[in-house]
Amino acid sequence: MEEKLLALIAEVCDSDDIYDLRDVDLFAEGLLDSMGAIDLLIGIEEQFSVSIAPTEVAREEMNTVDAIIAQVGKRL
Amino acid sequence: MTFYTDPAFFILLAVSVIPAIILGLREKRIKAYGFAVSVFFILVLFSKDGWELAALLFYLLVSFTVTKWYLAQQKKKFSSAAAHVPAPSARPLFRFAYPIALFCVIAPLVIYKVSAVFDANLLGFLGISYITFKTVQVVIEIHDGLIEEMPPLDYLWFLIFFPTFTSGPILRSRSFQDDVASLIPRAEYCDLLLRGAYRFLIGAFYKIVCSSVFSIALWFIPKALGDTSPVMVVLGQVGSAWSYGLYLFFDFAGYSLMAMGVGAVFGIRVPRNFKAPFASLDIKDFWNRWHITLSFWLRDFIFMRLARFIRKEKLMTSRLATSCCAYVINMGIMGLWHGLTPSYIAYGLYHGLLLAGNEIFSKTAFYKRYKDKRVFKLVSWFVTINLVMFGFALFSGRVIPA
Repeated sequence: MEEKLLALIAEVCDSDDIYDLRDVDLFAEGLLDSMGAIDLLIGIEEQFSVSIAPTEVAREEMNTVDAIIAQVGKRL
Repeated sequence: MTFYTDPAFFILLAVSVIPAIILGLREKRIKAYGFAVSVFFILVLFSKDGWELAALLFYLLVSFTVTKWYLAQQKKKFSSAAAHVPAPSARPLFRFAYPIALFCVIAPLVIYKVSAVFDANLLGFLGISYITFKTVQVVIEIHDGLIEEMPPLDYLWFLIFFPTFTSGPILRSRSFQDDVASLIPRAEYCDLLLRGAYRFLIGAFYKIVCSSVFSIALWFIPKALGDTSPVMVVLGQVGSAWSYGLYLFFDFAGYSLMAMGVGAVFGIRVPRNFKAPFASLDIKDFWNRWHITLSFWLRDFIFMRLARFIRKEKLMTSRLATSCCAYVINMGIMGLWHGLTPSYIAYGLYHGLLLAGNEIFSKTAFYKRYKDKRVFKLVSWFVTINLVMFGFALFSGRVIPA
């Protein structure tokens, strides 16, 4: 699941840097913005059947690659 | 009685916070007392207008019934999903429960805003705009499955919580409920109280001293400069517009700070509404600093959902086009929410277009190359603050005649 999710994040962020930046705030790095976050949530829903509502998780709890993996992992 | 303005309000407030502080310091629950105080203040607020009080009671009845009904519908849905039996979705009432619930809690505001266009007041009362935000978010979060329980007293207190009743900051029900449910240890309560007192004093200074100064400057500057030459007239207008913007900030930020302070006394953490908005480097930055609880509410419940819908249904292929479109609609709704006047609608669309323009600009190579340069930041700040001030002039209704 991790490989698939990493590929999705890389696609949404349009950057392969995310493979090395596991613990970096993607919003602060400019790799992710509101629209990117929406595409990510849609992608997660389509590929993992995990639906996360926009206000379900605070941005600070889903702003790094590891945090995203943890949030999806919790719901699988 | 006007909250945070009339001397009578401050006197009643000073007396009513004492028992709350005693309860807080003794680590007792403040809920029952806090609820009673809110009821009292709401009654005083509408003491001269029985119709408005009746409209409020009607609204409370509607939102209370609808929320309870919708919560029950969702419970049925989730429990049948958990038991892997098909939900009774064949019943139309069940299938359309979400739009019905949303419609019921939004309709009174729409009826009131439309009636106001014809100088009438149907179903309106002071605070209807803000209470609508609260009920709508509750309905949406019930739909998302984030709210599964709504104790009646907590919900009612959330709706009529007097420190933020008339003009925000907009509370979120789940954080409100967390605060109500937790018994705050004495040391933490003291800390909350001291920060609250500090904010209240700053807020009072903002609202009573600073905003008054700028409300005078607003008409004084054009008068003092006179109309002897066109240069003076233009300078007078610019000075007046800037004074109006600063007046709005000190009035509203002052009010919000005081509301935070009063909320703290009752053990409720009222969210921050302003974060040095005039230091914004671009328009998006501005909306992360100005009337934050409103812009974040719109972001969470309109912008994100609208953009998600557009992307999911593949109505637009480009991410940039989607966000631009969502910005304009989002801020257009913000304008409509303020009132159905040309000035407010123009204000909303103006900011929607600015945000869309900013979004496009921030994707250019030029922006990416120079964004960290000091000169770029300075120019960007200067352009932003002037665009913001012009927005306030639109908002004031003095640019577009009614």
